[in-house]
Amino acid sequence: MATQHSRAAARMMISPAVLLLLCWMLIPLGLTIYFSFLRFNLIMPSGNEMVIGVFGHGLRVPGPEDFSGWENFYWFITDPSFQAAIINTLVLVGGVLLITVIGGILFALLLDQPMWGQGIVRILVIAPFFVMPTVSGLVWKNMFMNPVNGIFAHLAIGLGMEPFDFFSQAPLASIIWIVSWQWLPFATLILLTALQSLDQEQLEAAEMDGANWINRFFFVMLPHLARAITVVILIQTIFLLSIFAEILVTTNGGPGTATTNLTYLIYVSSLLQFDVGMGSAGGVIAIILANIVAIFLMRMIGKNLDA
Amino acid sequence: MARAVSTQRKTITTAVAWLLGLMMFFPILWIAILSLKTEGDAIRAPIEVLSSVWTFESFGAVQQRSDYLKHFTNSVVISFGSTFLGLLIAIPAAWAMAFVPGKRTKDVLMWMLSTKMLPPVGVLVPIYLIFRDAELLDTRVGLVFVLMMINLPIIIWMLYTYFREIPGEILEAARMDGASLREEVFFVLMPMAIPGMASTVLLNVILAWNEAFWTLNLTAADAAPLTAFIASYSSPEGLFYAKLSAASIMAIAPILIMGWFSQKQLVRGLTFGAVK
Amino acid sequence: MGRIVLEKVSKSFGETEVIPALDLTIDDGEFCVFVGPSGCGKSTLLRLIAGLEDVTNGQILIDGEDATSVPPAKRGLAMVFQSYALYPHMSVRKNIAFPLRMAKFDKAEQDKRVAQAAEVLNLTDYLDRRPGQLSGGQRQRVAIGRAIVREPAAFLFDEPLSNLDAALRVGMRLEISELHKRLTTTMVYVTHDQVEAMTMADKIVVLRAGNIEQVGSPLELYRTPRNLFVAGFIGSPKMNFVNGSIAAKHNAATIGIRPEHVSVSSDAGDWPGKVGVSEHLGSDTFFHVTCEGIADPITVRVGGEVDLHYGDTVFLTPASDHMHKFDDKGLRIE
Repeated sequence: MATQHSRAAARMMISPAVLLLLCWMLIPLGLTIYFSFLRFNLIMPSGNEMVIGVFGHGLRVPGPEDFSGWENFYWFITDPSFQAAIINTLVLVGGVLLITVIGGILFALLLDQPMWGQGIVRILVIAPFFVMPTVSGLVWKNMFMNPVNGIFAHLAIGLGMEPFDFFSQAPLASIIWIVSWQWLPFATLILLTALQSLDQEQLEAAEMDGANWINRFFFVMLPHLARAITVVILIQTIFLLSIFAEILVTTNGGPGTATTNLTYLIYVSSLLQFDVGMGSAGGVIAIILANIVAIFLMRMIGKNLDA
Repeated sequence: MARAVSTQRKTITTAVAWLLGLMMFFPILWIAILSLKTEGDAIRAPIEVLSSVWTFESFGAVQQRSDYLKHFTNSVVISFGSTFLGLLIAIPAAWAMAFVPGKRTKDVLMWMLSTKMLPPVGVLVPIYLIFRDAELLDTRVGLVFVLMMINLPIIIWMLYTYFREIPGEILEAARMDGASLREEVFFVLMPMAIPGMASTVLLNVILAWNEAFWTLNLTAADAAPLTAFIASYSSPEGLFYAKLSAASIMAIAPILIMGWFSQKQLVRGLTFGAVK
Repeated sequence: MGRIVLEKVSKSFGETEVIPALDLTIDDGEFCVFVGPSGCGKSTLLRLIAGLEDVTNGQILIDGEDATSVPPAKRGLAMVFQSYALYPHMSVRKNIAFPLRMAKFDKAEQDKRVAQAAEVLNLTDYLDRRPGQLSGGQRQRVAIGRAIVREPAAFLFDEPLSNLDAALRVGMRLEISELHKRLTTTMVYVTHDQVEAMTMADKIVVLRAGNIEQVGSPLELYRTPRNLFVAGFIGSPKMNFVNGSIAAKHNAATIGIRPEHVSVSSDAGDWPGKVGVSEHLGSDTFFHVTCEGIADPITVRVGGEVDLHYGDTVFLTPASDHMHKFDDKGLRIE
């Protein structure tokens, strides 16, 4: 169904969305890349400012005189806190993925079994996903992991043990724990959806063929879930690379740089240390990292669109 | 085919599932309990907490400590505002892609989704500076715009998938019946797509409500929504467990309820159709 | 009024030409049926007339005026879709009134016309129901109702009966024919079912791969098919074709004879053969007879019940005045 009239109408109808998204993508992206090659500190203006007229006020940024080449990238990458941040980011993302994917598969298998009150259990399991990150960060930090007043401390004392100070002794693990609590419901929900689309006859056929429970899981269920697991991994990775609020409200990246991930490091250098050039160089690196994951994800989505 | 399962096995599964379900839910349950306690009782051992007196005083205290209602209003304005603004822009776009598909429609859609994968921190600095110089920092307008932009790809994507389920012949019938484009969209497409649009609104309100990168970085006091307000408890003064619990419960309760209604849409919206 | 003229109309989707340039005139008040196998371009042709697709080249005239680039709504045509395309969120009344509402008729006029249409189509009792609560036949009537209230210059039907079960289809066929007799408005009707075409049409347009194979009244097509395709497509059961030496005897590459024009005898005739499967319909019996020197079994129609069984030897004789001859290009030899 397409006439010239309708095609012209379609172009007109889609253009606001396309233009907005194009601006949203290109302007900040272009500026980030531009800034990343500049000596640009918010509290130490170089005096070479130029005004880019975006709004009535215009945007005050350093001119090309402050070009610094790859300097920002060099300093950002060689900074020890960058290496720490990269390692923390990888550990954070990897740890959460490991917990949520394995936990998600187990939860999904469990919730797929016949039981009483399935709907309610499902609701209970999914609930943490809807808790805002700042709330879950603070609640875990204070009500559970606080070494004096937290539930875990009370429990330890009740059992005659020394309370464990989570955020000073295992800060990154504590954050992994909190984030996993938030994302386990997501993995469970998606894997459960995928599991429920598995043709029961396939399982019955496998049973007739003499496959026991473990065989059925590894040879029928797991291959069926493979696609959903990949999707969970890719989508969560995109979101987990940007973990921010949980760190901000619990550890502020510390102690030292123990819980500083790439996102938090960029935030610190640009908005706390006012070094926009350095922060932007970090931003460019973050974009490149996310794109590596995004390419795989987009491929999977694209394949599915054709089907 | 459903098969008869022994009652014994069902009992065990039920017990294990409920236990794990309650463990997942326990932190939420716990803050619900603490919110009904006095500050002094809230820090005591769990058993003592349960046996102490119940009170609503923390809910009042939260409003007094800092204007809770203002932040709640900000959250409502920002999440609903950004969603409806997004809907306004997404409906025509989704109409075009679903009903007048061309050779490049798929590419456009994929490109739109790819903008969602841009890490926010990668564009934090420019957006922050643009907001500073346009005097949009700590304004609701600014946040509505930013959250609209970050959720727009999801809104378009969801509407697109819902619209595609509507047979094109019905819109053609409307065209034959003399409906203009506007009438076609308002009288035929939108009423038919109400369930899909409602789910889209629901999921995107939830996402915007819980968004905690831009809301933390672009607000200070005036436009701060609940995410930022709760964050202010990270540098506490005195006893604050009961107040934090009360504030948290009020912040997450509406969204929990909405979330329970949108489980299915969550899968559709957040996996971009890669899992069905 | 509703005279539709297509002049050198062609349609391509990208590189693929689905309809090569064709000319066609549909006269005012005519019931014109486009018939052909699926993928022959008949629906595309209808959509070109409706304005739901652009013509690639050529002109469409409606009542003498060039409508080629007029949007669908302004062509004064009404269309009944294969899926009925009813608005599921509106009552039957609102569905039927929708075109009137779009044309900004006042409420009283809308009500009057809806009531009239409902009366004609036996829908009066269902006006406040939703389409989802109606049977297939009723939905079909609502779709027709929505078309007739506008008093269009012509009706376009796109395979309207294909979603109905066999029994309902016969009933609706009669209803549509009767509606045409009563309204005397031009109707253009697309179907892949030659029975529908034969029973309803004033004029049949047989299409294959976007080309018009033949245009004519049902009986013209039945009696004098212009080529092998039309001969094979029109008529049920299908015409028998015989090639080779038997056809050569009649100075043709292929001869065609309809099952109803073959006589059967158990002792003498032109083509001896053995009875294969027989289909008993009560009023008629169809025998599939394998004849010596003829590749495909010959289908024969015999009135009533005849006592012939699988494996019996019979003799077939084609009625020579009903024999169709075709040359090696498949064209009719007069």
